[in-house]
Amino acid sequence: MISLILLPILIPLATFILLIFFRRSMAINQFFTIGSAIVQLLISLLILITVSDEGIIVTQLGNWPAPYGITIVADLFSAIMLVMSGLIGVSISIYAVTGLKKDYQKGSFYPLMSVLLMGVNGAFLTGDVFNLYVWFEVLIIASFVLLTLGGSRAQMYGGLKYMTINLISSMLLLSAIGLLYGQTGTLNIADLALKMRESAPSAMVTTTGMLFFIAFGIKSALFPFFFWLPASYHTPPVTITALFSGLMTKVGIYAMIRFFTMIFVHDQQLWQPLLLTIGGLTMVIGVLTAASQYDIRRILSFHIISQIGYMVVGLGLFTVSGVAGAIYFLAHNIIAKTNTFLVAGIINHIKGSFDLKAIGGLYRSHPYIALFMFIPMAGLAGVPPLSGFFGKLLLIIAGFEARQWIITGVAVLVSLFTMFSMIKIWNEAFWKKQPVTTLANNKEKVPFTMIFPVVLLALLTIILGIAAEPFINLSTRAADQLINPGEYIQAVLRR
Amino acid sequence: MYAAGVYLLLRRSIVKLILGIILLGNATNLLILLAGGLTQNAPAFIEEGSNMASGQVADPLPQALILTAIVIGFGIIAFALALMYRFYQTSGTDDIDQVTED
Repeated sequence: MISLILLPILIPLATFILLIFFRRSMAINQFFTIGSAIVQLLISLLILITVSDEGIIVTQLGNWPAPYGITIVADLFSAIMLVMSGLIGVSISIYAVTGLKKDYQKGSFYPLMSVLLMGVNGAFLTGDVFNLYVWFEVLIIASFVLLTLGGSRAQMYGGLKYMTINLISSMLLLSAIGLLYGQTGTLNIADLALKMRESAPSAMVTTTGMLFFIAFGIKSALFPFFFWLPASYHTPPVTITALFSGLMTKVGIYAMIRFFTMIFVHDQQLWQPLLLTIGGLTMVIGVLTAASQYDIRRILSFHIISQIGYMVVGLGLFTVSGVAGAIYFLAHNIIAKTNTFLVAGIINHIKGSFDLKAIGGLYRSHPYIALFMFIPMAGLAGVPPLSGFFGKLLLIIAGFEARQWIITGVAVLVSLFTMFSMIKIWNEAFWKKQPVTTLANNKEKVPFTMIFPVVLLALLTIILGIAAEPFINLSTRAADQLINPGEYIQAVLRR
Repeated sequence: MYAAGVYLLLRRSIVKLILGIILLGNATNLLILLAGGLTQNAPAFIEEGSNMASGQVADPLPQALILTAIVIGFGIIAFALALMYRFYQTSGTDDIDQVTED
């Protein structure tokens, strides 16, 4: 049972190695990727149940004892995130069968997706700061290639920006790790958490923390550093964008939540206003720029930014309920966001365009599909009783508890604007009559493999909303483990 | 080295951009080495038959970190060069500003 938590890393690795030998056959690729994604999801669920019942699972690679060896550790937060990445893996791999053009599928999409999932899972599971960097590199290299697959000019352009900014953030991360090691002499997260709590705050620690903050901020597209995201996310095919939107920025946020709850606990009077302000600005600017866009993918890209802001605000409150809200919102957002991109892919499949001005009349022609498209959009906007409502509610309640009136008001306002954008997509794409400009490929049928993941994720949005209580409890417990890392330290260091 | 790297990053030419990335990577590696603390003339070897190092030795961990970082950086630069080549093929220019979307 010890090696259970290694499986989410090993399964995609094995899939990747296997698929390299079968690059010619699409059917084998599809079969193995979907199969391994489902297995991964089941294992993640098993890990979640085990962690929730029996506490944190720890494995030391190579059997070196804790602060020296490489630690793989799953606490509740990691386990929740693993389940999410499993879910996204399943839905994207099924969607890709018909949602992605044939030459992409032949051009090693599936093996690369396995690498990406391996990197993501590794980043969620690692208990070691340097390993976190290594996993980040694994996943961004996979994402570079995915982003530039196909090789159109816009993709090259987006890919180049994406690569440069990500490399800079990696280097900042690496320098921060070096400085952190210089001060504490350890890179194990549990050991760091312990040493940071024992030692007195110093200016150098704050500087290092700031470097980490900027590095993760670039990765998760926070306010001053978000420009790369809308510049590159709309260039690849929508299946790949959906995969990125579900996982890439969320790994950055995951790392940020982990670091700023467990390691950088000094200087609350510096971090709290900083995180709250940045989070607030991220929310507002993301949602306002989204309102001015007419390409569905661009609107959704800007919404990623706005919603990252919510999570940072939740983190910035530094209370158990705030962090719990952030975790719940993170889980909700991964599901709903990926789903809206998949929906955008279906719209494009039917109408042949992403431009809201050129499409319309979907409600009349495809009422059932429209219903399932409505759910993730409404979920994102926060219509009760869907999951987005409870995510925002948790954050707002936490904001009031922490007496942060201004930021809470901003959160409510931004929520209204999100609603506005979603209504815009709905009105333009579904209710408006089809404009006269008929586009080239007007397909009536939507293949089953494209609908299935959308329906699956939509149902999950509803379940997360209607039966919110167990999920809220779970994220509260996860947040509690983060804010009071005693259990984590004990599990890793065996003290 | 950081300054030089950033300067190169800000140039419009992609070749210089990649050179900037290389410089930044090396600067970071040196920073890790410095932050880890320097110990001269004391390689991290353990004498035969004993478990612990005797006397003061250099900390091997930053060296291991840098080795990993160099390998990763190497892979990334290989990819960046390949990307630059494709970029040149599709757009016919080395200048970022001359390329507009689609």
